Amino acid sequence: MSLAEAEREMLLDIVRRHDAQPTQLLQILREVQDGFHCVPPEAMDIVAAGLKVPRTRVQGVVEFYSLLSLEQQGRFHILLSDSITDQMLGSRALMEYLSAKLGVAPGQTRPDGRVSLGFTSCTGLCDQGPAGLVNGHWLSRLDGERIEHIVDLVEREIPLANWPEAFFKVEDNVQLPGLLLEHPIAAGAALRLAVRQGFDEIFVEINRSGLRGRGGAGFEAAWKWKFCAEGPEDEFGLPLAGQTDRYVVCNADEGEPGTFKDRVLLNSYAHQVFEGMTVCAGVIRAKQGFLYLRGEYRHLRPQLEAVLAERRAKKLLGKNILGRQGFDFDIAIHLGAGAYVCGEESALIESLEGKRGVPRVRPPYPVVSGYLGQPTVVNNVETFAAVAAIAFYGGSWFAAHGTEKSKGSKIISISGDCERPGIYEYDFGVTIAEILLDCGAEHTLGVQVGGASGTIISEREFHRKLAFEDLATGGSFIIFDKTRDILEVVRNFTHFFAHESCGFCTPCRVGTTLLKKEVDKICDGHGGALDLAGMTSLARFIKSASHCGLGQSAANPVLGTLAHYPEAYKSRLKAVSFEAGFDLDDSLEIARRMSLRDDALAHLEQEGI
Amino acid sequence: MNNHTLTIDGKTIEFEDGDTIMAAAARAGVYIPHLCHNPEFTPQGNCKLCEVKVNGRNCSACTFPAAEGQIVLNHTKELSETRRTITQMLFVEGNHLCPGCEKSGNCNLQAVAYSLNITDNRFPLLYPKREVDASHPDILLDRDRCIFCELCVRASREADGKDVFAISGRGIGNHLIVNSPSGKLVDSGLEASDRAAQVCPVGAIIIKRHGFEVPIGQRIYDHRQISEVSLKSEQGEAGGGHA
Repeated sequence: MSLAEAEREMLLDIVRRHDAQPTQLLQILREVQDGFHCVPPEAMDIVAAGLKVPRTRVQGVVEFYSLLSLEQQGRFHILLSDSITDQMLGSRALMEYLSAKLGVAPGQTRPDGRVSLGFTSCTGLCDQGPAGLVNGHWLSRLDGERIEHIVDLVEREIPLANWPEAFFKVEDNVQLPGLLLEHPIAAGAALRLAVRQGFDEIFVEINRSGLRGRGGAGFEAAWKWKFCAEGPEDEFGLPLAGQTDRYVVCNADEGEPGTFKDRVLLNSYAHQVFEGMTVCAGVIRAKQGFLYLRGEYRHLRPQLEAVLAERRAKKLLGKNILGRQGFDFDIAIHLGAGAYVCGEESALIESLEGKRGVPRVRPPYPVVSGYLGQPTVVNNVETFAAVAAIAFYGGSWFAAHGTEKSKGSKIISISGDCERPGIYEYDFGVTIAEILLDCGAEHTLGVQVGGASGTIISEREFHRKLAFEDLATGGSFIIFDKTRDILEVVRNFTHFFAHESCGFCTPCRVGTTLLKKEVDKICDGHGGALDLAGMTSLARFIKSASHCGLGQSAANPVLGTLAHYPEAYKSRLKAVSFEAGFDLDDSLEIARRMSLRDDALAHLEQEGI
Repeated sequence: MNNHTLTIDGKTIEFEDGDTIMAAAARAGVYIPHLCHNPEFTPQGNCKLCEVKVNGRNCSACTFPAAEGQIVLNHTKELSETRRTITQMLFVEGNHLCPGCEKSGNCNLQAVAYSLNITDNRFPLLYPKREVDASHPDILLDRDRCIFCELCVRASREADGKDVFAISGRGIGNHLIVNSPSGKLVDSGLEASDRAAQVCPVGAIIIKRHGFEVPIGQRIYDHRQISEVSLKSEQGEAGGGHA
């Protein structure tokens, strides 16, 4: 395919609008993908030349992110979420129906180029699924009728702008507001206080609050900021001479299956999130901030840009914020493109720099060497929302809630088998049983706390508490009732990790695929006792030997269910000690075709020994 | 002694400012198994073979900074098992057919497997479909044998200043790509004398017309352990490189 002159001009224009900065590569490629429904080879050459980077760097980025593609996709590119909650709501059957109606298989583009289908990881609409994306825009509450309607719109080539608004409607679904959601602050309220009192005073409040990062790992926010503000130092602990740029990054790459609270915070509390970032900038003296918004949330971008513009107009961003000389800070939005691993802070920084999202080697940590090698604070959306509230209401207000080691509240995203899925906010220390009661869950088999990378809790442990010292969570809370097959849950999560592994280190790259095959074998009823033993040691190995948090938690679903639901596995095992990991009979198919045989002797039965 | 010592398996060794554990160990004559590491290039820590326990924590020796008083465990039963598993994974991930490979006997992956007493694959073979690139007049790229150590990527960037290679894709779909409009080696700037063409620890990048110059049986690892070969080359001159 050779590009037309106008298309080449369009590409050059995209590169120009991004100032030909290599850090903008991912942003540029997103626009190319939008324009061409793929990234054509010639476009890679033009972008590489424009940015003065090797062509391999461009191709490496295209092939890393799920939402970019070298192959031509349809003018309507429809993805259905393959997250466990969407599957439980019947997404697989909907895909079959959609695929049959449109005459194109998932993963394929129809020959007329009009439509392509595929699956995608969790889209963050678990409370209003089955969900999907059309050309990157949310589709919520899909059902047979809606699919029927979508097929009609696609076949008549009706532009997305003219599709019924209801299809794209996403509700906040706040079921139980708590400390933060009940006490939102007015735009600028925390900053005005901070400018009046001074940022040293505000830092004291943040420190007093005991706020720990809300992304899941739970590092104390104040300490992170302090390290960032102080570094880099020489060997005697003295600040190194020269200009140091510091950066504030808000991690809105909410990719953990079953999490959607950041979606709600960004939709309805964006001022407060940006205010928290600006407070952080005041403390650590950063001039530039980034909101790293996951690609699946692009629908939110226009309204977030509007909030930023409003804040600039109100002097809450920009030069001399609130009239304070030298307090300069602005925020840019960077869009991801479908990579769960970018939720890991150092991978996120790589992605911000326009690269493949491969987690860095640590040390050095981002607070010392982050974005472009400069000291960088990366905090979760909810952390920044809490920061703004703490700056306004004070550290003691916050610390009066929660437990000894987990101060304040936690916003959780509830989905799965319950009456009222949605957003719930509790003080830390709440028990699983209380939460289940509130959301109307009955006959519960288990709860996945913290998403695919988290912990499965069986009914014997519903007395356990949400807190860093007991069950730490980034906010995902998926409920399975007794009609569910826990091994299908394990299969879904294990496939997820194999799909999302970045491939940097051997244990995760190879291990997650081997684990996926092993889980499939057992789920499909071909596993023997040896398989169970092999799977267990493989799972332990992946957990201990992997480079980053993704690999270290990829085997959690297997290890957790082996501990809590051993009978689910045992009931699936064959009474043999070994069976081949492939289908014997299927493997003979080519030989049968070549020898024109299909008699009984040309078939083999799958037998173990 | 100005507080610059650590212990590996109980043996006290000295280190210098800026040393990684790997660098300090190599200087002191302690072999830590590795594949993706080569002291000529920026360490990356992707193969994970050099995993050691530092004060009880798993760390990659090739990237982790040495520090005063560290207690490092290198040769333990547990770490040997970890290294065996990693090596077996690298074998099943690609298409490694040692008996027919020109690199056999000179191959670091094979040598590591020998030293760890690996006698089987343990895991099912993945049989990936990967492209062979024979387009270059002097160099063959057989991706079937690539272990994603990224040594050619780093050598091309750091030593040759060419950026011929890169890793693309994601996860198990990772693949080595070539910086040329056609994606073929022949259209790239790679030359047989480049470090990137020489540095491959396995048989993925091979110089043409030099096959079997040294007969099987007389090759590097046919008679010597990789621990000995590796220490010798890495303790030698900085630019000496591997084998």
